[in-house]
Amino acid sequence: MSERKLVDAKNTFCPGPLMELIGQMKMAEIGDELEILSTDQGSANDIPEWINKVGHEMVESFEKEGVWHIVVKKTK
Amino acid sequence: MRILVVGGGMGGTILANNLARRLSGEIKAGKASITMLSASDKHMYQPGLLYVAVGKMTPDELYRDQVSLLESSITFRVDPVTKFNLKENNVVTESGKQYDYDVIVISTGSRAHAEGTPGLNENAAQFYTESDAVKMFKTLQNFEGGKVVVAVGVPHKCPMAPLEITFMLADYFKERGIWDKVQLHYTYPIGRVHSLEPVAKWAQPEFDRLGITYETLFNMKEVTPNKVLSEEGTEEEYDLLVTVPAHKGMQVIEDSDLGPGGFIPTNRTRLNIEGYENAFVIGDTTNLPISKAGSTAHFEAEALAENIASTIKIGTPVRDYDGKVFCFIEAGEGKATYAMFNYQNPPDPKAPTKGIHWFKTAYNKMYWASARGLL
Repeated sequence: MSERKLVDAKNTFCPGPLMELIGQMKMAEIGDELEILSTDQGSANDIPEWINKVGHEMVESFEKEGVWHIVVKKTK
Repeated sequence: MRILVVGGGMGGTILANNLARRLSGEIKAGKASITMLSASDKHMYQPGLLYVAVGKMTPDELYRDQVSLLESSITFRVDPVTKFNLKENNVVTESGKQYDYDVIVISTGSRAHAEGTPGLNENAAQFYTESDAVKMFKTLQNFEGGKVVVAVGVPHKCPMAPLEITFMLADYFKERGIWDKVQLHYTYPIGRVHSLEPVAKWAQPEFDRLGITYETLFNMKEVTPNKVLSEEGTEEEYDLLVTVPAHKGMQVIEDSDLGPGGFIPTNRTRLNIEGYENAFVIGDTTNLPISKAGSTAHFEAEALAENIASTIKIGTPVRDYDGKVFCFIEAGEGKATYAMFNYQNPPDPKAPTKGIHWFKTAYNKMYWASARGLL
């Protein structure tokens, strides 16, 4: 059963939002969606870049009250 | 008040000692007790493995008897937990005993999970256990030149280890006089050479200066006898592959359904397990998106010990864990620097100096005072 999991990486510098997402993606099932929260503006660029390179799916990305919400779907 | 500490690594040891001092009156009066359960009667200084891997320390320097590090008022048992029953406030151990508690602190740590990457164990050097670190050093001794690739799994213990082992390998090959026969190639999972941007901005020009090549967005997927393949679809041939494998928490955490991957969902400031007011987690065992490092466990242990003691004494915790982490960074050529940060303040590492390297070298010995809670 696919589900959406929240990954709260706000106000963390190391390992940082992308590394946190990579680790969480390993534990997710194909079809699962992960919503990562980040206060690092760079996440809006480097997470989509990695998702695109690996071949997962970007669902949506938006900024709300200083927090980036990036939703990705594990496809493989 | 029965306090049970599960795990005798850095976090558990500092917490238990700190708490034993804060509650010395209550313990003497029979109103509180502290019991520690561990998988070993030895305590290892894990950062020392990095030095063992390049022949700068020997394994015997890394161990002390655990009981010698603990306050005498702490009851210590080598009897690893096989099942956590948080709803019943007890654990069951390998010996078959049941330990009931009023407060539990779980600090069981994490372990390299090389078997999660096909071919890694068979083909790659690694340094997260004593035997692997010694084996890696012997492999280095027999290496006469060629392409050395450093590859990194996620998550991993000690965020500085990938950089440090790379700089230390460069030093090792220079000292052996074979640097001109070595191509050292560093790979890293995200889009820069380190997760901390200021550290990446310092390390990348250092790589350029030393002639170390690098590739980012490279996540190990599989290792063959002569190639490492990435999730991103690229591959690197190698003559020697040095790896930081992806880590997992302990199996007992997964077996007890406390958290996927062996990492327990933890409140980032109070360090309690989500949904429990009397169960806490520190160190690598948390699922917090912060560095898996000894210093993280150390600072969490100090904050939590203060809060457990104050809750017993005045009925309420007195402080939040602020996300503090402090990491030395061995930079090679006899120099080192450090990164210190918390949830609110990013790191601002300074240029490496010989002085910080010598302080780190001294800390390798002073660690035991730190574990005892004296430093």
